[in-house]
Amino acid sequence: MSSLTNEQLERYSRHIILKQVGGKGQEKLLNGKVLVIGTGGLGSPAAMYLAAAGVGTIGLVDYDVVDLSNLQRQIIHKTSSVGKNKVDSGRATIEALNPDVKVHTYQELVRADNILDIIRDQDYDFLIDATDNFPAKFLINDACVMAKKPFSHAGIIRFQGQTMTYVPGQGPCYRCVFPEMPPKDAVPTCREAGIIGVMGGVIGTLQATEAIKYILGIGDLLTGYLLTYDALTMQFRKIKIPRNPNCPVCGDHPTVTKLVDYEQPACDLRKKG
Amino acid sequence: MTITVNGKSLELEKPINLNELLVVAKADQPEYVTVERNGEFVDHKGFVSTFVADGDTIEFLYFMGGGAA
Repeated sequence: MSSLTNEQLERYSRHIILKQVGGKGQEKLLNGKVLVIGTGGLGSPAAMYLAAAGVGTIGLVDYDVVDLSNLQRQIIHKTSSVGKNKVDSGRATIEALNPDVKVHTYQELVRADNILDIIRDQDYDFLIDATDNFPAKFLINDACVMAKKPFSHAGIIRFQGQTMTYVPGQGPCYRCVFPEMPPKDAVPTCREAGIIGVMGGVIGTLQATEAIKYILGIGDLLTGYLLTYDALTMQFRKIKIPRNPNCPVCGDHPTVTKLVDYEQPACDLRKKG
Repeated sequence: MTITVNGKSLELEKPINLNELLVVAKADQPEYVTVERNGEFVDHKGFVSTFVADGDTIEFLYFMGGGAA
C-alpha cells in the first residue's frame, strides 16, 4: 500500500521505476529531512535537486542577501532576487519547483550557540555543509560529531572541488583529515581566488546525491574517502582516508569537547608578504 | 626509486623526507597540507623524520574553503 498520490506517482515516476528506489524509497524521500547550510554555489544545486527529488523537509541556513556577483553560479537565486534574503529567495525557488517540500528557513550564521538548536528544530536526518568559510566548516563538523548526525562536507575553489561524507561511527570526520583550522587568509576564498561557476553544480549535486543515498539506504557513501575533482584535467580521484585516532573531536582522546565559535588566527605569512 | 604522489608516479634518486618531498613535488602551501603515506596520516611533526620508500603512495590533501559567498 502506497501513500503516494496519483500526482506524486507521476512526478516521481522516474524514481519509482528504479529498483533501488521504488514507491517505498520515494516515501522515504518524502519523509526525509535535510538541512542545507549555505545557499550559495554548493547549496543552490544541492537544495534544488533535493527539492526536485521530493525530499519532504528542507532547511536553508544563510544570513546573507543575494548579490549580483552571486548569480554566475548560485542558481537558486534570480536576477529579480538581488537584494533579497537568500533564504527567502531559496524558499521561493523550491516552492515553485515542488509544492511537496516543506521549507524551513534560518536567517542567521551558524554559531556555537545556535547550530544544535537549528539541527534539532526539525531533527534533520542529514546535513549539507555548503558554507564558504573554515570557522563554519569546523563548527558543522564538530556539531555533527557531537550530535551524531551525518553530513556531507565540500569545498570548491577556482577549477577544483572536493567532498567527503561523515557518518557517525562509520569513518573519519573532517577533522581527522584537517585537525586544525588554517590561519585567516592563508587559504584563499572564492571571492579572492575566483571560482568557475559550474563547480558548485558538480560538487553540490554530489552532496545532494549523498543525502539521497543516505535517506534511501542504498549504495556506498563517501565515508572514508575524499573525492577530488579537477575541472581542467577532468579528473576525479577517490582518495581513501582513515579515521584518525588522534582526531581532536572524534578521536580516542578528544580535546574538542564543546562547541566554540572559531576565529581564524591571522596569517603571519600574509602579513610579511 | 619510484613513488606515487596524488596518483602520478615520481622518480627519486634517493630517499627524501616528507618536508623535502613537499618541495620536490611542488605542493601548494606545504605548511597547510595534510599528508597521507600508504593510507595513514603523518603528523606535521613527523615530516622531517619520515622518509619515503620505493613504492610508497603519497597523497597531499588540501584545504578547500569556498562554497557560498
